[in-house]
Amino acid sequence: MIKVENLHKSFGETKVLKGINTSFEKGKTNLIIGQSGSGKTVFLKNLIGLFEPEQGNIFFEELQYGKLNNSERIELRKKMGMVFQGGALFDSMTVEENVMFPLKMFTKKTTTEMLHRVHEVLERVNLNEANHKYPAEISGGMQKRVSIARAIVNYPKFLFCDEPNSGLDPRTATVIDNLIQEITKENNITTVINTHDMNSVFEIGEKIVYLQDGLLAWEGTKEEIHHTNNKELSDFVYSSNLFRKVRQAYQKGL
Amino acid sequence: MHYISSIGRYFIMIKNTFRKMTKRKVLWNLIFQEVNDLVIKSMGIIIFISFFIGAVVTIQTALNLTNPLIPRELIGFAARQSIILEFAPTFVSVIMAGKVGSFITSSIGTMRVTEQIDALEVMGINSLNYLVFPKIIAMLFYPFAIAIAMFVGIGGAYLAGVYGGFLESGQFIQGLMDDFIPFHIFYAFFKTFIFAFLLATIPAYHGYYMQGGALEVGKASTTSFVWTSVVIIIANYIITQLLLS
Repeated sequence: MIKVENLHKSFGETKVLKGINTSFEKGKTNLIIGQSGSGKTVFLKNLIGLFEPEQGNIFFEELQYGKLNNSERIELRKKMGMVFQGGALFDSMTVEENVMFPLKMFTKKTTTEMLHRVHEVLERVNLNEANHKYPAEISGGMQKRVSIARAIVNYPKFLFCDEPNSGLDPRTATVIDNLIQEITKENNITTVINTHDMNSVFEIGEKIVYLQDGLLAWEGTKEEIHHTNNKELSDFVYSSNLFRKVRQAYQKGL
Repeated sequence: MHYISSIGRYFIMIKNTFRKMTKRKVLWNLIFQEVNDLVIKSMGIIIFISFFIGAVVTIQTALNLTNPLIPRELIGFAARQSIILEFAPTFVSVIMAGKVGSFITSSIGTMRVTEQIDALEVMGINSLNYLVFPKIIAMLFYPFAIAIAMFVGIGGAYLAGVYGGFLESGQFIQGLMDDFIPFHIFYAFFKTFIFAFLLATIPAYHGYYMQGGALEVGKASTTSFVWTSVVIIIANYIITQLLLS
């Protein structure tokens, strides 16, 4: 579980996060949604430690991030997996080497043991035909799957995904969504996904956090979104005809 | 003000490069890879430039020594002095600022743009140590390349001088040995080590702290070349002033 208390972050005079309080539950897919410029990425970067919060606390289970020393932070980071928007795979390494990288860096496993685990996770993400290819030689969807494999290879407790569906066709996007949800359940990890893909919201959103102008404007489940009175959230979620019809159908009990 | 903060950030980067060391086994592989990319793969251009620079220095010296009272051995002497003191360490380093420097800036810059550096940080890896430290260590082999540049440069000078009909083989060799000061070798290699450090770190700084996209990677590579060359030239002046004057 991740708990966030009164999180503030500014860049110069610009206040990006203005006091966010929320929590992300273990074993659930937690989604952060919001318009461009609402502070989603900055919020996620605070959670994964790429930005230092200006004020407020972040608790990873019982650990308060701000009170950890450098080596404790490194230990905590080893328990995190991150799927970046563009995959962030290392260009100079093959798929297999990319996935093996966290094991090489942080474990004392032999090469055989590492390869066994790598093949296990690549199989889990349905990708065992591209082991020796370089990232540039595989499709965007495959890169995302490799990125997920790399994020989970060292048994993380926390999984963060930054727009995992961006640039993917709808079918592949659904496959990736479902894969992330299944992995979350199988490993009982806390997953936080930053997205503005409404398909993801209705597909896998077990807890949804809506940010607006650096503030938490709404939080709840995907079912609760259909009944919300929050105008900005409704305008954001139901901006397309398709989703307005989904809402009407839901309200009619279809 | 911008320059002062950049200089400060450069030194902070250097300090952070030596913190939180990467696993030794991984580091060794990275260092060998960097030695190959930065030094061995540069040998072709270093040898090519050194040979022709040595040849040109000899021809120009010979053509300017028209007074019959000046011994022809002086051509060998002048070639040796120019190649060992300046052309091999400084001229080749400025060329390397373009070749190695651009490679370092663009490779690290691309990693920044594609969030690969963020990926390293999120995993709990000191990205500066992982990316920059192996380059600094690999560049410790750079003086070997400069030593080869000195030999090849003198070889080029010999061939151009002797086979160009400017002096005889014995005169050239005598000139090479005349008034040889071993301290000049120390001076040349001392500054080569300094240049090697600058060649590894200034381009790394420009790549690591760049912001933007593909276009900015190109701009950062150009800026890195300019600044690395400028700092090498200034460092060359300071070292020469301190050690030779």
